[in-house]
Amino acid sequence: MSFFTDGNVLSWATFFPLIGAVAIVLLMIGRAMLGLGKVLVDQASRWIALVTSFLSMVAAVAAWSMYDGTIPGVQLVAKAVWIRSFNVEYFVGADGLSISMILLSGIVSFIATIASMPWWSGAKAAEMAGMVDDGHDDPHHPKHFSVRMVPGYMAMLLLLQTGMMGTFAALDMFLFYVFWEVMLLPMYFLIGVWGGPRKEYAAIKFFLYTLAGSVLMLLAIIALYYNSLPAPLADGTMSSGHTFNIMEMARQAQAGVFAGAAPILGFAFTRIVFVGLFIGFAIKIPMFPFHTWLPDAHVEAPTPISVILAGVLLKMGIYGILRFNYAILPDATAWAANAMAVFGVINIVYAAFVCLAQKDLKKLIAYSSVSHMGFSLLGMASMTPQGISGAVLNLFTHGIISSMLFLLVGVIYDRAHHREIEKFGGLAAVLPEYTAMTGLAFFASMGLPGLAGFISEFMVFSGAFPVFTTYTIISATSVIITAAYYLWAIHRMFLGKLNQAYVGFPDLVWRERLTLYPLAAFTIVLGFYPQMILSAVNGSLHALIRNIRPL
Amino acid sequence: MGHESTELVPLVVTHAAYLWLIPLFPLIGATVNALLGWKLQALFGEPKSMKGGRGKQLVHFIAVGAMMASFAVAAYSFFQLRALPAEERFLQQTLWNMFTAGRLTVDLAFSLDQLSMMMVLIITGIGTLIHVFSIGYMAEEPAYWRFFSYLNFFVFAMLLLVMGDNFAVMFFGWEGVGLASYLLIAFWYTDPEKAAAGMKAFVVNRFGDFGFIVGLMLLFWGLGGAWEARPGTLRNLDYVPSVELNTTAGASTAAAAAALAPRVDGVKIGPTMNFRELRDQVVIEATGVKEHLATTTVWGVSLLTLIGMLLFVGAMGKSAQLPLYVWLPDAMAGPTPVSALIHAATMVTAGVYMVARLNFLFVLSPSAMGWVALIGALTAIFAATIGFFQYDIKKVLAYSTVSQLGFMFIGVGTGAYWAGVYHLLTHAFFKATLFLGSGSVILGCHHEQDMRKMGGLKRHMPITRWTYLIATVAIAGFPLANGFYSKDEILWKAFTSHHLALFGQPTPWLGPVIFVIGLIAATGTSFYMYRSYYMTFTGEYRGGEGHGHEHNEDPHSAVAAHTPASSARVHASNGAVHAHGTGHAAHTLEDAGEHAHAGHGAHAALAGVHAAPAAPAVHAGGHGHHGGTPHESPWQITLVLALLAAGSVATLFLGIPTAWSHLPPVLEHWLEPVLLAKVEFSQPAHWLEFLFQGLGVLAATVGFVAARAIYKDNRNEAALQAMIERWKGVWTVVYNKYYVDELYEWAVVRNSERLARVFSWFDGKILDALVNAAGAVTRGFANLDGAIDTYVVDGAVNGLASVISWAGGSLRLLQTGRIQTYLYGALGGALVVVLVNFLIS
Amino acid sequence: MQISLSHFLIVGALLFCFGLVTVTTRRNAVGVLMGVELILNGANVNFAAFNHYVVGGVSGQVFALFVIVLAAAEAAVGLAIVLAVFQTFKTIDVRYADLMRE
Repeated sequence: MSFFTDGNVLSWATFFPLIGAVAIVLLMIGRAMLGLGKVLVDQASRWIALVTSFLSMVAAVAAWSMYDGTIPGVQLVAKAVWIRSFNVEYFVGADGLSISMILLSGIVSFIATIASMPWWSGAKAAEMAGMVDDGHDDPHHPKHFSVRMVPGYMAMLLLLQTGMMGTFAALDMFLFYVFWEVMLLPMYFLIGVWGGPRKEYAAIKFFLYTLAGSVLMLLAIIALYYNSLPAPLADGTMSSGHTFNIMEMARQAQAGVFAGAAPILGFAFTRIVFVGLFIGFAIKIPMFPFHTWLPDAHVEAPTPISVILAGVLLKMGIYGILRFNYAILPDATAWAANAMAVFGVINIVYAAFVCLAQKDLKKLIAYSSVSHMGFSLLGMASMTPQGISGAVLNLFTHGIISSMLFLLVGVIYDRAHHREIEKFGGLAAVLPEYTAMTGLAFFASMGLPGLAGFISEFMVFSGAFPVFTTYTIISATSVIITAAYYLWAIHRMFLGKLNQAYVGFPDLVWRERLTLYPLAAFTIVLGFYPQMILSAVNGSLHALIRNIRPL
Repeated sequence: MGHESTELVPLVVTHAAYLWLIPLFPLIGATVNALLGWKLQALFGEPKSMKGGRGKQLVHFIAVGAMMASFAVAAYSFFQLRALPAEERFLQQTLWNMFTAGRLTVDLAFSLDQLSMMMVLIITGIGTLIHVFSIGYMAEEPAYWRFFSYLNFFVFAMLLLVMGDNFAVMFFGWEGVGLASYLLIAFWYTDPEKAAAGMKAFVVNRFGDFGFIVGLMLLFWGLGGAWEARPGTLRNLDYVPSVELNTTAGASTAAAAAALAPRVDGVKIGPTMNFRELRDQVVIEATGVKEHLATTTVWGVSLLTLIGMLLFVGAMGKSAQLPLYVWLPDAMAGPTPVSALIHAATMVTAGVYMVARLNFLFVLSPSAMGWVALIGALTAIFAATIGFFQYDIKKVLAYSTVSQLGFMFIGVGTGAYWAGVYHLLTHAFFKATLFLGSGSVILGCHHEQDMRKMGGLKRHMPITRWTYLIATVAIAGFPLANGFYSKDEILWKAFTSHHLALFGQPTPWLGPVIFVIGLIAATGTSFYMYRSYYMTFTGEYRGGEGHGHEHNEDPHSAVAAHTPASSARVHASNGAVHAHGTGHAAHTLEDAGEHAHAGHGAHAALAGVHAAPAAPAVHAGGHGHHGGTPHESPWQITLVLALLAAGSVATLFLGIPTAWSHLPPVLEHWLEPVLLAKVEFSQPAHWLEFLFQGLGVLAATVGFVAARAIYKDNRNEAALQAMIERWKGVWTVVYNKYYVDELYEWAVVRNSERLARVFSWFDGKILDALVNAAGAVTRGFANLDGAIDTYVVDGAVNGLASVISWAGGSLRLLQTGRIQTYLYGALGGALVVVLVNFLIS
Repeated sequence: MQISLSHFLIVGALLFCFGLVTVTTRRNAVGVLMGVELILNGANVNFAAFNHYVVGGVSGQVFALFVIVLAAAEAAVGLAIVLAVFQTFKTIDVRYADLMRE
């Protein structure tokens, strides 16, 4: 472990996948110039992806273990001047908020990489899934994404991982924005090239929607930059005029620098900047009414990409709001708290009802993600210790559970080639192991005590209740609706008479077990010992709300 | 109420490092069987006979062994508890801190006091017996391991529920038993109706959980403001907790939270999830928490009343009270041992346990208590009337359970906490006996549940008959068995209570009214129970002609019948047995006796599909018809029945009334330190109490005599039919359970679905359309922009060129080449010059 | 009646006008040339008259002489062109000699 030090561990976690991506690109060049064989290049790029993604996860876990939750403030810092004329630094580090997200990102990324492999399937399962690469691609029976244009896929996947990790680790606004945008492009291609039937539509919708948010965010970042004061750079000199350093900005915000800034278009500076940032992040959450890109993106994305999308990307919305809006714009955050809570409630209840009407399993799960992210919104809007800790714990647990759910959808899709809930029936008889895992994931997602989802839900409720009583009561009705739609889905898919079409389906294969069992274990452990995560995040989060609502 | 003379002190805690073993053993059993059970069954053979193969033996050794170990530890802890002084009987163990954030800190901790000790003994004791019963009852079940795994898991969750040291652990158990109940009701999941029953149970319970959670939040909030009276409105954005409480707001570890928590006289105060901390701060007057809670109002309602009512909503779900009882009758779809253990003896009493556990809280609000008692009474009579006309033996028992739970809530609602809890105990015994007895009957009659097709079983099943009769005596309320003592105490306390209130209005008349309702319900209880006894055990056997429809719904066969034998492991079984399915003709009587349940073999087990042999005889109807005489059940079943029936009698000694012995009943004495809410009852003369006991016996007798007159030996069939004809309308309504299910279907389910469809439509057709419209508008703009570029900007450049070209072409015409034309031009020019010159000057 | 400058100028203007009308209306090329002579002579009258009444000396008359010489040369060249035109177009009508428009 001495290979990783406090200073470099986050950088390794971020750039291991990038190294892998570069290596794969070199391989592709090698194939074009030296005529390396397709099989060789495919296999090599898979291994490169696995190894670098694994190393990235190791680094993330190492960072997690090095992080000391009892010390407030930023740890594991690496800092260097990057673009002097704009005061841009390479500045990565972690506080309680980001370290949990870095851990989540590392785990989910590696699991998504495993899920991108066509190996370890039984011959029959491989054939059913279209994983057997016989060289020609029939448009009516498209090959499994894991055997199509493998090097390109792997390179994109690794680039995406670098983007995610970097987004969570970056503490310089400019660097943050760069990583944020780095994520977008590979995501676009991964959905648009390796996706389902309507992939182009979904990919473009995702890309444009998110980009629209990024633009608002960029404007807000620039506005903040030009209203900031100089701050010391990594090499000890003072920056010229302004700073991109998020920590310094937060410090200046407490000193009232932004509160006194000149209004924009007649609106208070902090509020308009808040709204700009908020919409940018709200699209990512996704918050009602900006959520409609999500079901489409999920439905069309290949399984591992759905996993990353739900497991990590959605968390960036909440993460960004806590990192930027809460830390830098405390006044405006207090001003907007009520609105955030209202949107949270709408997310929770509205999306839950929409779930009830879904016929496509993946869409159902996508909407349940929308519903669950509402808990985070409500919790953090309450700005009580339980509420905000619950909100961040919810990010982590939802990351684990929704990854599992999407993997499970992938399992059945690989076999049945459709996801229509109504068309299944009685699957428990042929796929008992799969049924058990799905049951576990469903119950975890509906917040059954003893599994990960419950604690965060409970903390959000208990935190939000004193502040937003009515809202909390309304959101608590979701415990009923959530149970209803999940149980109904179980009922239609797994129970009852077996549909003849599914006789002889193979149960979980090793690759799927490898991805599902660790997550299942996490789900149970977190259900009984969430303090594992909370002990790291509590300190930082409570400091955050103390700024907004002085205690 | 609640103003006792002796000053209460904080609970003295004795740490016991082994408590976690009690729930651990069933958890291990459940896990081992869940992960390895199918492997064991596959490795060590399938059943060759009723006793099952070696694999099944291993499975039930694991399960029953776990239960016995758990029971042994529970018994050990009972003796340790008993050795302590009465006021200090509190064992506690903290495993680890589950989560802490600010003032919310929750440990994974167990505790045992007198009340939870009693519950633990019931759960592990009766649980063990029912596990043993299941060995016999489920012997033919291919998914044997799954059943025992679920059953062990249920016990684990139930133990969490009663042993939880705080609300969170209790809620873990609360939902865990719900899950186990769901899994077990839907155990034969290939039958859509059974699967739907499981779903219904879970979802209906979720309605209760919603109330429970909100009540919990209110309590948590109410305690948070304990030091500073705040206005009654809760919803305020400017929520600023008082300074003192805020010192812990940032605590991120349990130790920090504990160190910073405010204390009064050493008692930790403030919001807590912990029962002991809650009890200490509420019952010790010096903390001021009681005053604060009593004076706080929310939305114009007393906070305590609201908390009590909402927590009771949770109990309504779990303990099947009006209006959330609908799931329990449907839950009879599960295997009978499940009905006995979960839906009679333990899980459904969780609500009663919860109210008793929080007695110090409920007692502060007469309105909450009145609410509990009233709902209990209404449920008691409502369910009893439905029980009158049911034909399914398990349905009768199910409605009986709902009704008896109502009695328990009358007890805890009127403040006779010990009586409610005692009824819980007695009910656990006699209802378990009844359910298991019905299970034995069902097994004996080859999975027949319709009482119209039974009769005369006393000859074939003597042990079952006697145990069933003892339990019927108990539930009907004859002093020969335990039911009388608990029910009578409840009714007596209801009559003498005068403190109840409803919605803040004192209603001293409520107690007597509840007594009357309860007495009528008790008469009904006696009637329908003796009815079931007489219909089942007396008269002539009416089931000779094979089976009714119930059987064809048996899910076991569904999978196999559809499975091509070539693609699945063929179930190793006696080939002859598998000629079942085509029905009536296939079997001789001897055959049927021997292979009565072989049809179960066609059930889908784990990885492989057990298929019937690929004979043309395989039929979707499945189970087949086994006719033949009923038979007594194997020893595992009869032994358990005998033990439980003995328990139904023996436990009467725990509740001999004071009026008889001049001593407090044993159980009341034992529970006294826990149930410290002292409710004042009026103290009429002893002769009145004896009179009321006589009334209770009279009620039981009336029911008994009526049932005997109508149903004994099936002799008054004609008269009965005539009566039904006469009261057809009423009969239909009651027989169809007052159409409550239909009402829910119409009011709740349909509307939810409608709302879901509306939202989904909104999402897809409006919101998404807006997004797409935004895209379309943008594309429209882009096209417009393109057009402008093509036609305006580019057009301008090209247009200039063509204008010049056109002008050139036109001007060319002027150049005629004729000299004279040019001269005209020159002349004109000159004239113009002159003219201009002239005009300017 | 005293002969004044105006009378001379009127005569010169008349000559000029006659010449102009001739040049513009005649279709015969020779006629056109004759019209040119008239215009030139109108100018000559003006030269002499202005010299006599305004300037004094003989420079005006000298100019007139130059003009007469030039007119003779012009007539010679003009007639030669007319001949060339006749040879080309077989006519001396100026309407048909419009090759220059191309």
